[in-house]
Amino acid sequence: MTNIDYKVIVGLEIHVQLATRTKMFCGCELIFAAEPNSRVCPVCLGLPGALPVMNKQAVEFAILTALSLNCKVAEFTKWDRKSYYYPDLPKNYQISQYDLPIGSTGFIEIPLPDGKVKKIRIRRVHLEEDAGKNIHSEGNFSQVDLNRAGTPLLEIVTEPDINSAEEVRLLAIELQRIVRFLGVSEADMQKGHMRFEPNVNLHIKKDNNEYKTPITEIKNLNSFKALEKSVAFEAQRQLAEFLDSGKVMQSGNKKTLGWDDIREVTVLQREKEEAHDYRYFPDPDLVPVVVNKKWLVEIKTKLCELPLTMQNRFVSEYGLSDYDAGVLTADKAAAEFFDNTVKAGGDAKRICNLVTQTGLKIANEKNCKVSQLGISPQKLAELAKMVEAGQISATASVTIFEKMTQSESAPQQIAESLNLLQKSDEGELEKIVDEVIAANPQAVEDAKSGDKKSKKANGFLMGQVMQKTKGTANPQVVAKILSSKLNKGI
Amino acid sequence: MGQKKIDIEQVRQVAKLARLALSDAEIVQFAVQLSAILEYVEKLNQLDTSKVEPLAHCLPINNCLRTDEIKQSLGTEKTLANAPQKDEQFFLVPKILEEPGGL
Repeated sequence: MTNIDYKVIVGLEIHVQLATRTKMFCGCELIFAAEPNSRVCPVCLGLPGALPVMNKQAVEFAILTALSLNCKVAEFTKWDRKSYYYPDLPKNYQISQYDLPIGSTGFIEIPLPDGKVKKIRIRRVHLEEDAGKNIHSEGNFSQVDLNRAGTPLLEIVTEPDINSAEEVRLLAIELQRIVRFLGVSEADMQKGHMRFEPNVNLHIKKDNNEYKTPITEIKNLNSFKALEKSVAFEAQRQLAEFLDSGKVMQSGNKKTLGWDDIREVTVLQREKEEAHDYRYFPDPDLVPVVVNKKWLVEIKTKLCELPLTMQNRFVSEYGLSDYDAGVLTADKAAAEFFDNTVKAGGDAKRICNLVTQTGLKIANEKNCKVSQLGISPQKLAELAKMVEAGQISATASVTIFEKMTQSESAPQQIAESLNLLQKSDEGELEKIVDEVIAANPQAVEDAKSGDKKSKKANGFLMGQVMQKTKGTANPQVVAKILSSKLNKGI
Repeated sequence: MGQKKIDIEQVRQVAKLARLALSDAEIVQFAVQLSAILEYVEKLNQLDTSKVEPLAHCLPINNCLRTDEIKQSLGTEKTLANAPQKDEQFFLVPKILEEPGGL
């Protein structure tokens, strides 16, 4: 029997659309789903005499991202023309960066399910412009919309350090979190703000020999699900192909594939053109970019605590579970709101529950950020403290939270006006417990019996107290009084 | 004259990439002419450029940047004004078959 062991090797290219207001080289507005061809100018069209001018914001977003991915930022970078003919590219070349990318040799850290962190090296980060959109409709023609032509894209290329379909997805999610934290991209998958191209092959050990399968590149994936599934599929397909044909990697046998979302299979596209077929050369219309120390320092001031660092801090400093910390740091606004609330006082776990279980739900319904609900971190901290002090129940805190989004009042006032304050006064509650005990001798008997009936009877007595106080008694205090009375044997 | 710098197959390939339809006679003609041009340019190799930085741009300036401010676009009607074929909102091109873009 043959002995086979294999390792999946994946390198990922990611295109991220930057959140600038205008295009990369002209002032046309970037707006989703605008009227076709309404946001187009002579620069987008590549008309003779039109001159592209760099968007400073896009360059700064690119540098900021490169910094957060631990890249070396180029002191000197330039623009190159990548020539190819396609109807969505009116100039017949794409402005990109070839030999001097704005960022190089960095790394990204991704959290793995087992709690470990994996470091994936980043080969390069460069800026380029997007092409327009071809719409393949019925009939003998295709329609072309150039609104997207010239949109600033950041292309991020990793080294082949990724070793499973799951890792590819985790990397994509982590990158989405990072660009959102930095505010350089909305990273909205539905709007095509992130597109992925994994390069996949296998290193196979068979009978003490190592074989490498031909590399395949899967083009234009625009969801995490498609990304993960296509890599998983491709790994299995390559293994089967190798076992069947023994085909190994050779110069020129790299293939380009597409992903069929419905059948969930990869399908062969054209053979990859060799790099020199793009005939890259420096764009004479654009002057180089020099990033001096002063500019770099200025950009560095816009760096923020990155999501994974923040997630780890929430675990180590506030004692949250990794899961809770992950939920909070999926959204920067929620993470900062939580952080500020904890700093304003109150138990971190309690605040986490309020933010994730109630806050995010209401924010979602209102289609806004949890920080935009009109509740200050200070007020939410007060609410959390009231639960901690037993003044209100956890259930009541949800009701009060909801009211707080509609009212300026402090949580204490709202609790009073809705009669949600719990009675914790032992003397007062003791009187009520005594009344209940006197009125229900059978239940008291059962509760004291210590057998099966006792639990049920205890619950009944608790219920009677709650009923008499219209649900305002602090259950913990009642339980304490009740148990001490029953144990004393009255 | 020694080995041709560009052979007929290379001319065909470059013409294909540039979407130029050339006749066989033109391909032969251009192979000769392009080779002559490359041979002429090759004279530059006689210079020692090992200590010269590659020139990225012929103008001695850099960082021509603009602020991220919206400017008026042409609008759909004007954008399509020169299109050989169009409909209400789109450029029309001959049906695109299997051959994805290069992004």
